[in-house]
Amino acid sequence: MTVVPAKAAPLLIVDDLAVRFPVPRAGGWLAQRQGEVRAVDGVSFSVAKGETLGLVGESGCGKSTTGRAVLQLLRPAAGKVIFDGEPIHEYWRRQGGRWVWESRLRDLRKRLQMIFQDPFASLNPRMTVEAILAEPLRNFGIAAGSQRRERIQQLLQTVGMDPRAIRRYPHEFSGGQRQRIGIARALALGPDLIVADEPISALDVSIQAQIINLLADLRERLGLTLIFIAHDLAAVRHISDRIAVMYLGRIVEMAPAQTIIDQPRHPYTQALISAVPLPDPARERSRQRTILTGELPSPVSPPSGCPFHTRCPLREERCRHDVPVLQQITPGHQVACHLVE
Amino acid sequence: MATTTDTVLEVCDLRTHFHTDDGLVKAVDGVSFSVRRGETLGLVGESGSGKSVACLSALRLVPTPPAAHPSGVIRFAGKDLLTLPERDLERLRGNRLAMIFQDPLTALNPYLSVGRQLTEVLEVHEGATPAAARRAAIEMLTRVGIPAAGQRIDQYPHQFSGGMRQRVMIAMALLCGPEVLFADEPTTALDVTIQAQILDLIGELQASLGTAVVLVTHDLGVVAGTADRVAVMYAGRIVEEGTTAEVFANPLHPYTQGLLASMPRIDTPSRQRLAAIPGLPPDLGQLPSGCPFHPRCQQAGDRCRQAYPEVVIASPTHRAACWETEAVS
Repeated sequence: MTVVPAKAAPLLIVDDLAVRFPVPRAGGWLAQRQGEVRAVDGVSFSVAKGETLGLVGESGCGKSTTGRAVLQLLRPAAGKVIFDGEPIHEYWRRQGGRWVWESRLRDLRKRLQMIFQDPFASLNPRMTVEAILAEPLRNFGIAAGSQRRERIQQLLQTVGMDPRAIRRYPHEFSGGQRQRIGIARALALGPDLIVADEPISALDVSIQAQIINLLADLRERLGLTLIFIAHDLAAVRHISDRIAVMYLGRIVEMAPAQTIIDQPRHPYTQALISAVPLPDPARERSRQRTILTGELPSPVSPPSGCPFHTRCPLREERCRHDVPVLQQITPGHQVACHLVE
Repeated sequence: MATTTDTVLEVCDLRTHFHTDDGLVKAVDGVSFSVRRGETLGLVGESGSGKSVACLSALRLVPTPPAAHPSGVIRFAGKDLLTLPERDLERLRGNRLAMIFQDPLTALNPYLSVGRQLTEVLEVHEGATPAAARRAAIEMLTRVGIPAAGQRIDQYPHQFSGGMRQRVMIAMALLCGPEVLFADEPTTALDVTIQAQILDLIGELQASLGTAVVLVTHDLGVVAGTADRVAVMYAGRIVEEGTTAEVFANPLHPYTQGLLASMPRIDTPSRQRLAAIPGLPPDLGQLPSGCPFHPRCQQAGDRCRQAYPEVVIASPTHRAACWETEAVS
């Protein structure tokens, strides 16, 4: 089920998406049979043009995997990903026993880009900034020679960097500046949709705000559609129009950003919000907290029924057996919980 | 800060400098603070501010070289930890002074069972018999919330989740009932719901044992909920210090003000633009003249470029190092 905001046709529709990874069965490394982990299971959402959807959840909830499957950096096991009317999940073919992109998907890559979490790992240390930013342009035959250099210098200015940085190497920059280079690379081909996977979590506190503001500015200026993935609910809320909360591979709640914070309905969302520390001693010490007991279950052997029932303070008998479906409770607000009417 | 009878640890003018290929790096440069029994001091700063090095130096855990021997005085139990013979210091470390680290996976020995690592503490420091040490270790693991501690004690660190590993670290640190616990970003590697559990646990154990905690963190939200007092570090120095209520209600230093304003919060209107601090934290090998924050400071004047600021005292417990702060206090 997808909810389409009335204002515009969705640029992206994700329907019943599933991603599975093979894992060795219990029994150690000698085990012959393969099991599988359902990293993402039955995820549906849509994103309108110019909209920002925040994907939040704790480690292992499948938010990054969802982002990668949306961009077809991972081949979905099931479900549909429709980008601007095209079923991009079908743009794969078998070649020599492996799944590879069809040329149409490669063409669409110009419009589908990603910003990575770790600005230290996602830039090749042996390439200059110019080479890093020239690569996507060269791959798609965009601009050459002095025109290409001009384009690269423009990109650097767009992300708030000195265009003279082109001759320097990644190690000469701080984490925040490297993330700006990563953002410039994602912008190089003029994309429509960018998936930003934890783009600020590796950065210092005083730099995180700079990068959030930069992404917000670029979104307005370039009309970008964003999927912003992070574990930090406060940061996600600052940049997102809508937020989807994930738990063990599923979306458990989705609503406009302010609604998620003000009227969370799923017990997990409520616990997540109450666990976010407030930088305000009086309020932080006086507020009611829901502290979850227990740990995130292993996605290899997820609990039966509602995946959250093992930690849920409100669980009932049916939660152990029946998987709750994501249902609309008010327009634009969806919750997957048996206890929410 | 006046030394009261309750003060268990006092750090005076601590300096830890590193000799590197790029020159002298003053990671900690004249840091003073103290903690009282049962109190939590939040030591806040960004990476490179010197907060971790200050704690490691207090326990003399910074390898020399590359660091020069730390200078200053660290008073604990009537002794100066910086001049104490290594053997005497070893009797205190892990016993009356303990530390927990950000990443429990690298801080625990992967080759030894959790039980072996826990009982070692008691056998070395308290001369406990193996059987008594094991009993005490199981009891402590239970206390920090590890289910089936009797079985899990024989498992290895990789068999525990991140949150459980941090509980093991806390159990190990608290086994001997330390008077001071240095907690270096103890929840940074953990998910937010697990972070809430661990912070609660540290608070409970601290209340029952009367341990003084030096909590190193970059997260002002964590400080707001747990610390009694806060010291904000920038470029190797404490730039502001006060009770948690004072620092959050009336931040004196423009850096503290900037940090508070730039934090995304869940209790302010959505999609409000964040007030980011411009620029980058300084390179410690090439600090700017005067106040090291001046290149990023909106309020900086000529004095700020010339000399390190004098301390401004706002209350007996609240002070900051800033030339311009009279104007805002």
